[in-house]
Amino acid sequence: MLELRDIKWSAPDGTRVLDGVDLTVKSGGLTVITGPNGGGKTTLAKLVAGVEAPESGRILLDGDDITGLDVTQRARKGVCFAFQQPVRFKGIPVRRLLELAAGESLTEVQVCALLNQVGLCGQEYMGRQVDASLSGGEIKRVEIATVLARPGKLFLFDEPEAGIDLWSFSGLISAFQSLRDRRDKALLLISHQERILEIADEIIVLSGGKVAQRGPAPEILPQLMGKGGHCADCGKRKAVFA
Amino acid sequence: MNSITGKFLETLAGWKGTFSGAYSVRENGSCAEMRSTPFVEITPKSGLSGLDIRILPGCRGEVVAVPACVTQGGIDDLAYNDFYVGAGAEATIIAGCGVHTENGEPARHSGIHRFFLEPGAKVKYIEKHLGTGDASPRAIDPETVIQLGEGAQLEMDTAQLGGVDRADRRTKAVLGAGARLVIRERLLTEGQQQAKSDFVVQMDGEGAAVDLVSRSVARGDSRQSFRSQITGNAPCTGHSECDALVDGNAKVDATPMLSANHPDAALIHEAAIGKIAGEQIVKLRTLGLTQEEAEAEIVRGFLE
Ligand SMILES: Nc1ncnc2c1ncn2[C@@H]1O[C@H](COP(=O)(O)OP(=O)(O)O)[C@@H](O)[C@H]1O
Ligand SMILES: [Mg+2]
Repeated sequence: MLELRDIKWSAPDGTRVLDGVDLTVKSGGLTVITGPNGGGKTTLAKLVAGVEAPESGRILLDGDDITGLDVTQRARKGVCFAFQQPVRFKGIPVRRLLELAAGESLTEVQVCALLNQVGLCGQEYMGRQVDASLSGGEIKRVEIATVLARPGKLFLFDEPEAGIDLWSFSGLISAFQSLRDRRDKALLLISHQERILEIADEIIVLSGGKVAQRGPAPEILPQLMGKGGHCADCGKRKAVFA
Repeated sequence: MNSITGKFLETLAGWKGTFSGAYSVRENGSCAEMRSTPFVEITPKSGLSGLDIRILPGCRGEVVAVPACVTQGGIDDLAYNDFYVGAGAEATIIAGCGVHTENGEPARHSGIHRFFLEPGAKVKYIEKHLGTGDASPRAIDPETVIQLGEGAQLEMDTAQLGGVDRADRRTKAVLGAGARLVIRERLLTEGQQQAKSDFVVQMDGEGAAVDLVSRSVARGDSRQSFRSQITGNAPCTGHSECDALVDGNAKVDATPMLSANHPDAALIHEAAIGKIAGEQIVKLRTLGLTQEEAEAEIVRGFLE
């Protein structure tokens, strides 16, 4: 479904952030990219969505070279991207944003179903503005819902767990699992969350601008967790990256 | 009334061949149709062009429509409408004005609307302004004067959404104790259009509150100037917000002024002027919209 070949990207100040990334994501699976903060995960997602352009390297979607396509063209080819930091709009209601994402008008029942998947009550939220009146966690869920509403094939979620409470999180996990079960779609999550890493088919560790490790979850996960030990404050297992 | 007036009434005043409550339609400087109801008396002023509208105590949510239309060039219409709203009365007032030109001559409407609300009265005031027709200059200069008695409430929803070349919009309000004023302004200018909007609000009574939000979009070579002056002379709260999206060579200036003449007057102003945020456009494009579709959607939502 998605193939990245030797992708390089530098920040405006010249710092090399991605230094030759190669990776393949197959349809009908869930791939999780993880790695240290500042490792270039968000940058990689932006490159796939066309928000940033690589210095060199190629991006292929279903075998077609999409490196030269702009954001709109990639979206129309089926690339869907949930931002790590969602954008706010004065004057656009939640329902309208979901309809723009779906590319068609939605019934109240459909809007409620989408919002339910991210743990929001449809009746309460569909008329709310996607502006500063929503809390960080609320806007993050709306952001995820806009991507779940899309009729695409490659679904990218950049740290979807941020700001989501435990109860809604289970719902979110099932939403991802049912997306994964669609054979014609591919799911690419950027995450540090253990429960998301656990449901991955494949884990990719991005570190130092390169793919440092990749493999099936049962193989990679123990290595990540093994390195991290336990958190001194809460006793939870923590992943730490080289 | 003529067919242009009919079209204006549909867009400006929700007219569907008839009005549900009391109304008066002004067309090219004179009264085309008028009706009073048991709770709303409309009478022409003597010696002055305009109306006295008395909304009596006991009125419960009647919709009163007093739109004004200028349907040809060469007309400079001036109307004085005074609204006297009795204690505890509740009503929705739809004013609004349409100016149409098609003979190459300029046209203008100036509406001076004064609202006197007795204690406890509650009014929703809706005012839309629209220009249509050929390239000759159209001007709409509304002046609104508001006096709110104790505990009275007025919500003003005012919009100028196209076709008006020159606008000089002035709103002045004085609030008594516990009175509440909410103002929502939406303004769009394009091409060579110019609009000035000026709000002066004075809170004289304890517990008075004003919330003024102006959103505007300036495109092309248009100019906008926003001025607000909120004065608190008693324990009161005031909030004003001016948000403008600027595109092309348009220019916008905002001059907010707050004066607290009492230590318990809490006044806030927020202003933001600038281009549409790039990240908003990117987000909508990731949903499949083009750059132009994204911009139009953002502007539409912003002015809605
Ligand atoms: N537009 C930018 N300008 C400057 N530095 C940037 C920009 N985008 C990303 N970076 C830098 O690139 C590095 C990777 O960032 P990012 O992709 O957000 O990492 P991650 O998502 O893995 O935490 C960081 O050091 C960040 O500061
Ligand atoms: Mg990131």
